[in-house]
Amino acid sequence: MSTQADPMNTRIEGPSPAMAVAVDMAKRSLWLLPVIVVLSAAFWGVNGVASTLYALAIVVINFLLAGWLLAVTGRISAALMGAAALFGFLLRLGLIFLAVFAVKDASWVEFVPLGITLILTHLVLLFWEMRHVSASFAFPGVNPGVTPNPYLPDN
Amino acid sequence: MSAITNAAATVLAQAEVVEQTADEAKSISAASGAGMAYGLAAIGPGIGIGYLVGQAVQAMARQPESAGQVQTTMFLGIAFTEALALIGFVVFILLKFV
Repeated sequence: MSTQADPMNTRIEGPSPAMAVAVDMAKRSLWLLPVIVVLSAAFWGVNGVASTLYALAIVVINFLLAGWLLAVTGRISAALMGAAALFGFLLRLGLIFLAVFAVKDASWVEFVPLGITLILTHLVLLFWEMRHVSASFAFPGVNPGVTPNPYLPDN
Repeated sequence: MSAITNAAATVLAQAEVVEQTADEAKSISAASGAGMAYGLAAIGPGIGIGYLVGQAVQAMARQPESAGQVQTTMFLGIAFTEALALIGFVVFILLKFV
């Protein structure tokens, strides 16, 4: 049985799952760090490592910004959260463009590792988090909460 | 003899102009291709995110008690959809800057 849907007046109370997921992915990116540093150093040298780290920072900040936007606007109304998700997408694409454009002439930039890292770390972190989330949905009692997260409710 | 030299110099100069024009045309087409790749790659995810978020907001408004689960899956869905736009962006930077 469903209640009357009013997205304008529905507020998302309590801790923000979106921010929790974003923080979780930021923590998981630390596990990826040595792997991508070694790989980019092997193929592209020091410049490749710098570009890879820059790309990883872009991906993590992008996730955190997305989660923060949803958390803040969700406390106001669900409809505003929808608007923030859509315009946030455009905003974040613009910010990623500016972040890459700002360093395009820098001596340390290698665009191939930067691009590969942007795509691969984004997807790897997402699939990793998706497995964690689907496992915790399927077996809520087994979810150990391995990484302390201030955005998750206390169990 | 000097007429032949002048003619050869003229031909060389013309060849240089043609080469410069070809380079400019190549860079213009690369720039417009890159821009189109980026723009087109952002349209699909925009539609996808709009649909996804619309349905998720409806679900949260209908059943606020399940807002946590809906929001989590919505966030992951947004990020997956956004990966398509990121791929378009990477194609853009590779075409434009490499």
